[in-house]
Amino acid sequence: MSFINYSSREINCKIVYYGPGLCGKTTNLQYIYSKTNPELKGKMISLATETERTLFFDFLPLALGQIRGFKTRFHLYTVPGQVFYDASRKLILKGVDGVVFVADSQVERMEANLESVENLKLNLAEQGMEIASTPYVVQYNKRDLPNAADLDEMKRLLNPAGVADFEACATVGKGVFETLKAVARSVLHDLKHMSG
Amino acid sequence: MHDTQLVMYDEDYRKILAVIQRLVRDANAKGIFVVDRNGQLIGEAGEMRGVDTTSLASLTAGCIAATGGLAKLVGEDDFPVHFHQGQRDNLHITLVSNRIILVVIFDDRSSLGLVRLRVKKAGAELAKIFEEILKKTERGNPQGGGSPFAEITDDDIDNLFSL
Repeated sequence: MSFINYSSREINCKIVYYGPGLCGKTTNLQYIYSKTNPELKGKMISLATETERTLFFDFLPLALGQIRGFKTRFHLYTVPGQVFYDASRKLILKGVDGVVFVADSQVERMEANLESVENLKLNLAEQGMEIASTPYVVQYNKRDLPNAADLDEMKRLLNPAGVADFEACATVGKGVFETLKAVARSVLHDLKHMSG
Repeated sequence: MHDTQLVMYDEDYRKILAVIQRLVRDANAKGIFVVDRNGQLIGEAGEMRGVDTTSLASLTAGCIAATGGLAKLVGEDDFPVHFHQGQRDNLHITLVSNRIILVVIFDDRSSLGLVRLRVKKAGAELAKIFEEILKKTERGNPQGGGSPFAEITDDDIDNLFSL
């Protein structure tokens, strides 16, 4: 949940990148880290296994400048995507302000995408949240691969509510900042709504 | 609202700072950090300059979250006190009011017993302060300044993305 500090005039928000194993959540953060001005970012932390699979989370603090005299900071987290790390995913979702669902566009990963969306809904519900009322965007990653599924079919299956969604190729950065911008915008609008 | 948003004003910050600055002296600690359970740094005191406090806050929250998960597995509500012993420095982590994490870093100028004793008192004081902060958050801004978000526009948001 966001933290508004009038003393240091800072707003801190938490965004979580969710999705099935190997869909590109960590790659999104790595690209953001590599392309962000050093003054605007903190150290990126990856708690990963020896084979570089996310074990607990990746973390990237990002400052996006000032809004109405308040420094706006976003803390980006990824969850471990592999099915058996569900307990860790629940912990990381706690206090979330916005969620990015990263889908793997490969046809053979469609079932894993669907399973992960269902898992996200369940885990949000456990803390009294639901996707419909949470700042939420969808990213269709790996669009460059030859076995990418039909985009309309992916939208129909993974984004029936029609939230903001983006095609991406996170390894080269396509769609990465568009996705981040959309979720940050949604989080800030949500805060505005809550303050009203 | 699914969780309580934390809104801290200058007067709250000064109260927190006073408690942890005193704790640094009373416990002979090297550094003290107060972290929100969601991983946001709230305040720090002591001589640990140059530490990456953002990472420290995030990892502390992760540590508390992971051991909290373990606690539930074995039928406990939480493990509210953690102690990590290093070769030079040690870490004493306490969960206060189920919401705030108090991190004390100390070396051989102090002892675990002393830190435990002093943290107990400071933790109770911090619990009171945060109870007030949460009450204030629920009541709205007492200073009448309004939320910084009340007048936000799409342009304000777009201007953030001049990366």
